[in-house]
Amino acid sequence: MKYYSYYPGCSAEATAVGLGLSVQAIAKPLDMELIELEGWTCCGSTPYGALDELESIVVAARNLALAEKTGLDLVTPCSSCCVTLNRAYIQLQDHPKLMAQVNEALAVVNLGYHGNLRVRHLVDVLVDDITPEVIASKVQQGLNGLKVAPYYGCQLVRPRYGTDDTEFPHSLDRLVECLGAEAVPYPLKARCCGGALIISEENLALGLIRKLLDSAVENGAQCIVTPCPLCQTNLDAYQSRVNRKFKTNYNLPVLFISQLIGLALRLAPISLGLNTNIVSPSRVLDHIYKVRQEVKSGA
Amino acid sequence: MKSFVDEVAATPGGEHIRACIQCGICTGSCPAASEMEYPPRKIIAMIRAGMRDEVLSSSSMWFCLSCHLCGCRCPRGVKPTDLAHALESLANQQGFRIKGTRTPAMYRSFVSSIKGNGRVHEFGMMLKFYLLANPLSAVKMLPVGLKLFMHKRLPLMPKKVEAKEDLSKITQKFKEVRGSQ
Repeated sequence: MKYYSYYPGCSAEATAVGLGLSVQAIAKPLDMELIELEGWTCCGSTPYGALDELESIVVAARNLALAEKTGLDLVTPCSSCCVTLNRAYIQLQDHPKLMAQVNEALAVVNLGYHGNLRVRHLVDVLVDDITPEVIASKVQQGLNGLKVAPYYGCQLVRPRYGTDDTEFPHSLDRLVECLGAEAVPYPLKARCCGGALIISEENLALGLIRKLLDSAVENGAQCIVTPCPLCQTNLDAYQSRVNRKFKTNYNLPVLFISQLIGLALRLAPISLGLNTNIVSPSRVLDHIYKVRQEVKSGA
Repeated sequence: MKSFVDEVAATPGGEHIRACIQCGICTGSCPAASEMEYPPRKIIAMIRAGMRDEVLSSSSMWFCLSCHLCGCRCPRGVKPTDLAHALESLANQQGFRIKGTRTPAMYRSFVSSIKGNGRVHEFGMMLKFYLLANPLSAVKMLPVGLKLFMHKRLPLMPKKVEAKEDLSKITQKFKEVRGSQ
C-alpha cells in the first residue's frame, strides 16, 4: 500500500464529480491510500492570481502548509490545482521575502510552510509509482478493441512539473494501453480546450473544442479520455453547443481516465460516476459487455 | 519612480521579461493570439518601451488560456503565461477598467466565490457572472446548466467549509504585512 495526501480540488465535488468518485473508487484496488487533506481550501486557480498575484500565493500556500505537516506527497487529480500549487511552491522558493511574508500570515492560524513538499498529479503517480505493468496485472475486464483518444489537455504536461513530454506526451497512452484498449494517434492530444474561458469567451473556446472532437473522430476514437476536470466538462457538457454552432453531430463520450481504469477493474459504473457523464457512455459500456460475452462464449 | 519594465520584472511571473529576444515563437504558438490586439511578442516589446497605460488597459492578456505552450517553446525562458497573469494582476490592482472581454468579470465572480465559501461554488460563481456581466447569455447557457444539474454536477448550495474562516484570517494578515513593507 502506498500512502498519499489527497487534494481533490473544488470541481471534483461538483462539475467533475465523476472524477472525484472514480478516483476514490480505484484507489484501494490499486493499493493507493489517498488521505484527503483535512481542511483544504481552493488553490486559487488561474483567476486568483490574475486579480492579485501575491495574495494568490498565500491562498495556495495554506494548502501547502497543511500538506507539509503530513509528511506525504500531495496528490491531486486536477491539472489546474497541480499547476497552481506547484507554481506557488516555486514562487516561494524563488522569492525569500515573499516566503517570509507568507509565513507571517500563516502564523495567525498556527501554520508554517518550509518548502519541503512534493505536489504531484495523479497521472504521474499512476505511471511512476503504481506503474502500468502493475495496473495491467489487476485488470479484471480487458478493454480489448476499444479505441480511445488520450486527451492530456495543457496543464497535465505544461509547464513541466511532471515527467512527461510537453508536446507529445505518452503517460496517458500507456495507462490506456495497459487496460487492453487501443490509444489511437491523436495529434491534438496536448492542445488547449479553452479552459475556463468557455464561460467568458465561449466562441473562442468552442472553436478549440471542435478541433479536438474532430481530430479524435477522424482517428477512429470511440471515446476520449482525459484526467482534467475542466477539459472533461468542456468536451462533454459543451459538445451540444459545438454541434449547434458548427452544425456538426458529434456524439463522442468523454470519460475520465480514472473511470476507464475503474471499468477495467470491473467496478460498478455508478461507483465511477458514469451516470454523471453528459454524452452517454453507453457505447463504451456496450463494447465492454460485448467483449465479456465473447470471452464467456469462448470459454 | 520605477520604470514600467522594472515594475513588471518585480512582479512574480514577470521576472524574465528582459531575456526576450523577440523571436515570436510565443505568438506563433498561442491558440488565442488572433483575439489579441497585442499578442505576446508585441506586448513584451511594448512593456520594454515603457507603454504602461496602453499595456495595462488592454484586453489582450485576458485572453490567455494558460495553456503554457508559449513558455515551453520559448528559447529564453520568458514564461509569457505567467507574464500575462502578472500583467492582469497589475492592471487589476491599479484599477484599470478593461473593455472588450468578459474574462475579468468572470475571474471576479470566481474569486468572490472562494472568499465567500473557502472553495469555489461553481453554480454560484456562474450565476453571479451571467446575471451581473451578461444576462442575455444566461438564457443561452441555460440548457448547458440544466444538463449539468440533471447529471448531478451542479449542486445548488455550496458545501460548508469551516476552514474558510482561517483562510480569511490569513489573507487579512497578508494584506497588513504587504502594506507595511
